[in-house]
Amino acid sequence: MSKLRLATVWLDGCSGCHMSFLDIDDALITLLERVDLVYSPLVDTKVFPEEVDITLVEGAVSSEEDLRKIRMVREHSKILVSLGDCAVTANVPSMRNPFGVTAVCERAYRENVKLDPGIPDQVVPKLLDRVRPIHEVVPVDVFVPGCPPSASVIQYVLMELIDGRRPELSTRTRFGA
Amino acid sequence: MSPVSNIKTLKIDGKDFSARQDETILEVARQNKIFIPTLCDLRGLSTVGACRMCLVEIKGTAKLLPACVTRVEEGMEVTTTSERLDRYRKSILELLFTERNHICSVCVSNAHCELQSLAQRLQITHVHFPYRYPKAQVDGSHPRFVIDQNRCILCTRCVRVCEEIEGAHTWDVMGRGIDANVITDLNQPWGSSETCTGCGKCVHVCPTGALFEKGRSVAEMLKRRNFLPYLTLMREERD
Repeated sequence: MSKLRLATVWLDGCSGCHMSFLDIDDALITLLERVDLVYSPLVDTKVFPEEVDITLVEGAVSSEEDLRKIRMVREHSKILVSLGDCAVTANVPSMRNPFGVTAVCERAYRENVKLDPGIPDQVVPKLLDRVRPIHEVVPVDVFVPGCPPSASVIQYVLMELIDGRRPELSTRTRFGA
Repeated sequence: MSPVSNIKTLKIDGKDFSARQDETILEVARQNKIFIPTLCDLRGLSTVGACRMCLVEIKGTAKLLPACVTRVEEGMEVTTTSERLDRYRKSILELLFTERNHICSVCVSNAHCELQSLAQRLQITHVHFPYRYPKAQVDGSHPRFVIDQNRCILCTRCVRVCEEIEGAHTWDVMGRGIDANVITDLNQPWGSSETCTGCGKCVHVCPTGALFEKGRSVAEMLKRRNFLPYLTLMREERD
């Protein structure tokens, strides 16, 4: 049996979902008997592969770079999983939305900065007007709410998907869990 | 002349029940352990039918009716669970999530919130509608309590408990539709209210993290509601 190809992607989130993923501990070994981790912030691959079976996405869509990345990821992934509240609801990153991106940048890069204040126009990706959950931008196949979803939930989701089943999540996790 | 019976018989989800004619469908369902989701309803307060979570189907009526304010009738056939009801209830709940900024992970009521737990019970794992992200106010001017409009679902429990139980009528609703807000006195800072007695009943009946005690951090605000039926009962005995 050939191994499935697993990727994980980190957009606007705190990396907590990835930490929770690592928290499955020794189950990582069992997992890696079934999948190849072909792309992830946890491995060194720089380019997202052409074909991925399962992609876990942590984080909301906040910048032009996030937008470019998630569209590309969607194109090359068979199953796209919104992992965690930031991906599913935009969560804490969305708290800037009511203020507008201009006010937020002014506050972060000018008002609270003493040394060379100014809004960056290179290297740092430009922020979108609004932070949005993944499914407002590209179609999502599986939603895993939680901040972060527990290690056991992530393990369950992955094993179900690997076995070709659809995970049943409403009894296992929720917004803010 | 035959005496008019004040007992009605009806069917709920295909089962026969009898009820007093002044009882609502919701009351009969609850007495018989039939789950109908609610948010604005709270035992001990008047019913307003504001949240529409308790909508049920009644045979012979095309409209869905709120179980909390619909009284039983002879021969009524009520359906509490169907695909259509599930769709409506989920949509209502999802719209509540989009209307304000409900960030569960950083909310004082995380893990103790009726909106959050109902979403889980109705198996909502994401919201299909675009979020609005309105700019909502937080008023911390009261010495002991805070109102965070980001979390308000306009159930009006605070308005009702303040008027009906405490007798102060500090809370009310201002504006219409999407502009509606709960306010204190004449839409002034809560701390400057002359009518508020500081009793905290509004805080404890609030189903979400919209009203909370100062000093509570994420997931720390537990609400105590058991006082309400006792107070109502004592009032009735006094009257």
